[in-house]
Amino acid sequence: MLATQAMLEQGIHVEGINFYTGFCVEGHTHAIRKKDKAKPKRNNALWVAEQLGIKLHIIDVIDEYKDVVINPKHGYGSNMNPCLDCKCFMVRKAHEWIKEHNFDFIITGEVVGQRPMSQRRDTMPVIQRESGAEDRLLRPLCAKILPATLPEREGWVDREKLFDFNGRGRKPQIALAEKMGISDFAQPAGGCCFLTDAAYSGKLADLWSARGERRYELDDIMLLKVGRHLRPRPHFKIIVGREEGENRFLEGYRKQFTHLYTISHPGPLVLLDGEANNDDLQLAAQLTARFSQGKMAETVRVELHEKGAAKRELDVAPLTNEEIPVEWYL
Amino acid sequence: MSHHQLDARRMLCPMPVIRTQNFVAKLPAGDTVDVLCTDPGALHDIPAWCRIHGHEIIGTQEQDGELMISVRVGINAD
Repeated sequence: MLATQAMLEQGIHVEGINFYTGFCVEGHTHAIRKKDKAKPKRNNALWVAEQLGIKLHIIDVIDEYKDVVINPKHGYGSNMNPCLDCKCFMVRKAHEWIKEHNFDFIITGEVVGQRPMSQRRDTMPVIQRESGAEDRLLRPLCAKILPATLPEREGWVDREKLFDFNGRGRKPQIALAEKMGISDFAQPAGGCCFLTDAAYSGKLADLWSARGERRYELDDIMLLKVGRHLRPRPHFKIIVGREEGENRFLEGYRKQFTHLYTISHPGPLVLLDGEANNDDLQLAAQLTARFSQGKMAETVRVELHEKGAAKRELDVAPLTNEEIPVEWYL
Repeated sequence: MSHHQLDARRMLCPMPVIRTQNFVAKLPAGDTVDVLCTDPGALHDIPAWCRIHGHEIIGTQEQDGELMISVRVGINAD
């Protein structure tokens, strides 16, 4: 937002590009969960673009991004976050976009030393090089401590009006925002990508381990954001809706998955992912009962919709907390 | 001028916006599109996208958890 405003103040025409990878946090979970209904569901990129008065192009890169997540050349951060590869990928896509749309250069809000992987003095040139953007990539917030880029050398941008921010602190950015009259801005650090989240990364690693291969589809990564995930056996896991909004979201997947729900008591919708034999289905039904309001009852009636089979009803004893090993929880 | 319908149900934002953006890009000014959605976030995001790009929201309806957002393609939009 600050980098864009700095360009606008120099009279430069700027349009925004926002890449949608499928791992963006945004308002997804808020949109799904009923208890979060009151939370704002705005898309921050759109909101920022509107505040700045610029156009914003949102680009679906879900399929292309898979290779970044699955085979990151520069490795992962503390979780499954391939930050440096991700930045190289996005700047490369932005570079392709500007060539196609006759724009002259790319700006980002990066600051030297701000992030441990992708915004270090030694990795920022890697992004320029591997993206192919080279010196058409300008970082207005720290340009003064980096070599001059093409737009600066050509005089399209006045380098003297750019900034020399560095390090993790955000005081200079906050002061600049105040000077620019910007009082409301999106969450300043991290938190925008599920791959930086330890719990989410653990579920993704489990998915790959269970499948015996590192691949995913959009539905897989959406489902990792929703519900309580338990893997009682290596060959199947269950996803338990935690509240009405999640149950409604999971309902959309009923045709693709074996699913269960309690009929004698109110309870969650449970999806079963994997191959389950009769013993497994019995166990899944007991778990479904455990997470229902009948968890203290002697028996709970569960309706089972096995993929490709007629529905049937099972009377089961809910598992107790003690019968559910903590390792089952993903 | 033609009227179109776009199904973006069961998609979470920003997919309904992306679908709208890509669909509208092929249409001439004055055409209208009813975008069907289920993500309540679309009620904020599609109008915001329209304001940014010069399109007009001509109506929104909600029924049984489904939303219909009607958009008129702008004259100077892209």
